[in-house]
Amino acid sequence: MNATCPECEAALTLNDVLRGEIITCPECGAELEVISVEPIQLELAPMEQEDWGE
Amino acid sequence: MRVGIIASRIRVEEKLLLAAFEARGITPDLINDDELILSLSAQTKPLPYDVILERSVSTSRGLYALRLLEMAGNVVINRWQVANTCADKLLTSAALHEAGVPQPEIEVAFTTESALRAIERMGYPVVLKPVIGSWGRLLARINDRAAAEAVLEHKEVLGGYQHSIFYIQRYVNKPNRDIRAFVVGDQCICAIYRNSEHWITNTARGGKAENCPVTPELGALAVQAAQAVGGGVLAVDVLEDPERGLLVNEINHTMEFRNSIAPTGVDIPAHIVDYALRCATEVSA
Repeated sequence: MNATCPECEAALTLNDVLRGEIITCPECGAELEVISVEPIQLELAPMEQEDWGE
Repeated sequence: MRVGIIASRIRVEEKLLLAAFEARGITPDLINDDELILSLSAQTKPLPYDVILERSVSTSRGLYALRLLEMAGNVVINRWQVANTCADKLLTSAALHEAGVPQPEIEVAFTTESALRAIERMGYPVVLKPVIGSWGRLLARINDRAAAEAVLEHKEVLGGYQHSIFYIQRYVNKPNRDIRAFVVGDQCICAIYRNSEHWITNTARGGKAENCPVTPELGALAVQAAQAVGGGVLAVDVLEDPERGLLVNEINHTMEFRNSIAPTGVDIPAHIVDYALRCATEVSA
């Protein structure tokens, strides 16, 4: 499926992505979060929070 | 069998877990913690799952979700008490100490003045760690008094309240690596060395994973450490002290494992899934 990077407007082709997945735009390197799959919707991924981890 | 996975972001780990469940004919529901609403009312019912895996990238969200889901009657992995202990390095150290698990020497202080006294008493170098935090964030190795004074002042002035709980660990002069041992239930399933020229060896910070044979000594220590915090699906970080031998550094309760499958040849997500299914059936039996 095709989408547009919200940071640099590059045309992206995405395969087998899930909602909540983080992808990296190959053009500008921005981390993008898949907000929805149908229709495809991307947003800039949230910045790392202080309590994030494993 | 109904399985829920609480997640914030679908990382490689969550995809691998999904695939491992699918391989057993189970399609889990992904529960996004952004959208979760948990209520405390007389009508509160468990969510409709036989087992729920907590994989939030946010420690706080994960802990609160586990607490409320357990209260509602859900079977969760890891259990709240286990996660709550592992999320806090000081609570982890206390649990390890009570269980007699070897760990680096630790001092705790609550003011910059007492922290400096504790550091001087312990001797340099020491490592100052936030009690809550992961991926090697804000760890400070302190080699002398000037550095200690500077870091303590920065933490007091710039840090949040948590940063004035001073967790001071004697620096372990480890051989450019540490060990991460994966424990699932009562078994240490595999381990990796995390090699790095930097003293911080987290793979999130560029440490390179290599298979580490699970010797009887390492396996027993990892299982003992996991049981000290209550057991479950846990990654036990171990340091090799040239004098004292293997020491448990910390324990992770929502471990990342993508870089550890290829070097160890162990299907870590399959072990986690089988353990989750065992937990679900033991409770319903």
